[in-house]
Amino acid sequence: MRREELDPHSDGLMADAGLVLPAGVAAGTEGERKSRFGDLSVGAWLAIGWMVFVILVAILAKTHIFTWGDPQAVHAECARKGPFAQDGSAPGRLFGCDSDGRDMVARLALGAWTSLLVSFGAIAFGFIVGGGLGLVAGYFSDKPSRPIAAVAGGVIGAAFGVVAFGVIGAVGLGLSDGLAAVIGGVGGLAAGGYFGYQRGDVDTLITNVFNVMLSVPAIVLALALVAFLQGSEAAGTKAILPDVLILILAIGIVAVPLVGRISRGSALTWSQRDFVLAARAQGAQHGRIMVREVLPNVAPAMFSISLLSIAIAIVAEGTLAILGVGVRPPAPSWGNIIALDRNALFTSPHIVFEASFLIFVTVLALNYLGDVVRARFDVRESGI
Amino acid sequence: MQNELLRLIARRLVQLAIVLIVVSFFTFALIRLLPGDPTQTIIPFGRGPFFEHARARLRSDLGLSKGFFAQYWDYLTKLVRLNFGHQYSSGRSVGTLVKQSLPVSLELMIYAQIISLAIAIPLGVLAAYRAGTRTDSVINTTAFGALALPNFVLALLLSFFVGAQLKWLPTGGYAPGWLDPIFNGSVHMDLGQHLRYMVLPAFSLAVGQIAVYMRLLRTDMIATLQENFITLAKAKGLSNARILWRHALRPSSITLLTAAGLSVGTLIGAAVVVEVIFTVPGMGLKIVQAINAREYVELQSYIVIIAVLFVLVNFLVDFLYAVVDPRIRRARAA
Repeated sequence: MRREELDPHSDGLMADAGLVLPAGVAAGTEGERKSRFGDLSVGAWLAIGWMVFVILVAILAKTHIFTWGDPQAVHAECARKGPFAQDGSAPGRLFGCDSDGRDMVARLALGAWTSLLVSFGAIAFGFIVGGGLGLVAGYFSDKPSRPIAAVAGGVIGAAFGVVAFGVIGAVGLGLSDGLAAVIGGVGGLAAGGYFGYQRGDVDTLITNVFNVMLSVPAIVLALALVAFLQGSEAAGTKAILPDVLILILAIGIVAVPLVGRISRGSALTWSQRDFVLAARAQGAQHGRIMVREVLPNVAPAMFSISLLSIAIAIVAEGTLAILGVGVRPPAPSWGNIIALDRNALFTSPHIVFEASFLIFVTVLALNYLGDVVRARFDVRESGI
Repeated sequence: MQNELLRLIARRLVQLAIVLIVVSFFTFALIRLLPGDPTQTIIPFGRGPFFEHARARLRSDLGLSKGFFAQYWDYLTKLVRLNFGHQYSSGRSVGTLVKQSLPVSLELMIYAQIISLAIAIPLGVLAAYRAGTRTDSVINTTAFGALALPNFVLALLLSFFVGAQLKWLPTGGYAPGWLDPIFNGSVHMDLGQHLRYMVLPAFSLAVGQIAVYMRLLRTDMIATLQENFITLAKAKGLSNARILWRHALRPSSITLLTAAGLSVGTLIGAAVVVEVIFTVPGMGLKIVQAINAREYVELQSYIVIIAVLFVLVNFLVDFLYAVVDPRIRRARAA
């Protein structure tokens, strides 16, 4: 969590994995080189195999190239039946049916698509926004960066200006809402931009934004975001976005500060290396150094974190579904399969536990792969 | 030292104020951004005096006759005076609901913390003592599996096997415990019944934490066992148990205690889903009920309260470390 704990290790390790290294980083010697996949353990292969299997099933089910039947088709004779169910098993249907009589295999296959789409999408969002901000914060933490700090300070200042002067202007001075907001926004932009320019400390600004975001427990924040974004059907306020996108945004926003802090820590240590200084001395621009020199070194660490994050996002999707704000039916996801038939837990346990089992194995596989990648690149766990 | 502590407190107070403003404005704006007349959106059905009365009260809770910022100012000042508005379906004040549900969640989290520490510490010590052996790898593998087990899956498993199949413990519900009377005056209390209801939810929360704590303690303990003073203790002929528990555990437990403090946030989040599965009437269940009933006024109060509590707990944790450990005091004040 603290910057000192994340230290980049020998360049040889990076070279071992066959990564493209930026100029200036010594490659490992010939003897140290290993093949990229040659020494993976059986467990790692099993985990990779499972992930390939799940992703393949999800894609096939979504694209109808190969389907396991219609996930919406109702087979009344099979309702609530399945392995270990009170009503007995369903002949010809390996995993049984849900309480409406829809085939579980078909629903789990398409559910894989929804769950994976949400979690990959959310983490992609978290990594692009949070990783990007963290990279900038870490890179500039020991360098003055007036223009960027001015922009960041201006944005934050404008937001606070609108709220602060909005209240003062509208309540205290009796101005109209719009006028107060505009004055506050412009004033805040100017003040924030000026202070940002003076201090030149973009790192502090971004880190503080992360800290404020982290001050609300993650699942509560995601819950509130989804609840408000989904609107209320009863009241006729249709959601503006499709459910999947809402979940991607909600989980993604929650991931931003978590990913951002790790990326900042990693970028910070790499930015203090001599090859960055060398690039700077050769006249390279900050943007170019960040993308070409720092990013490739931060990436392996972030890849490990991304695997662990996707696992967390899959669990988050399930959690939100159980809380009643997941992807709404009829589209199945692993989470809403559990949520829909949670009431049937004692009579038809197979419905809930089949989906739970898939979540468990997928999370296990991703955690394991995350550990394997981390061990390869020697990324410390401290940031998570 | 006094100075450093004061600076720490001042920084945290500023942070608390900023969080309060950001979170309250955020939840406030989200309600106001719902299209249409909020009272019609929130209470869509029903005519007649009862519903008109409910809408009128909602209108006054929201302060709708005023402008946007004036409404926010009203809301913020009410919030600071702990006036959270009303649940419009029943007319009960949200403050009362908070007083009923908060102790339940707190109890659940305290039990979960106690269980996880009580199990994780012996396991961590054992794994470190037997580092590299079969025992160590069994404990580690189990912990790895436990980490991949989402809280809700564990809750469902326990509910099904221990609750429904073996019928050892209730699968849902709640009986008031020792914390409820403090918040709500005299309540009928049956501690045995209370604990029976809390065992499964608390375990569902604890298992993930056990794995995290165990791994942290194991790592630190292995490092401590390499120290010279342990060698000296061995040379003096002290028993293994005495070395482990009296000499090695204390210096190894700083990271563990930090993690236990910081895990309060994780526990709040995990408690939400566990409370829903076991229908424990804590803040988590209340939040979900508020969402399903579109009780936005109630929901925004819960979110603000949780955010503030969370910052306060983190502050408390920081403060305690600063008091306990001078090194941290210096590092954090800087």
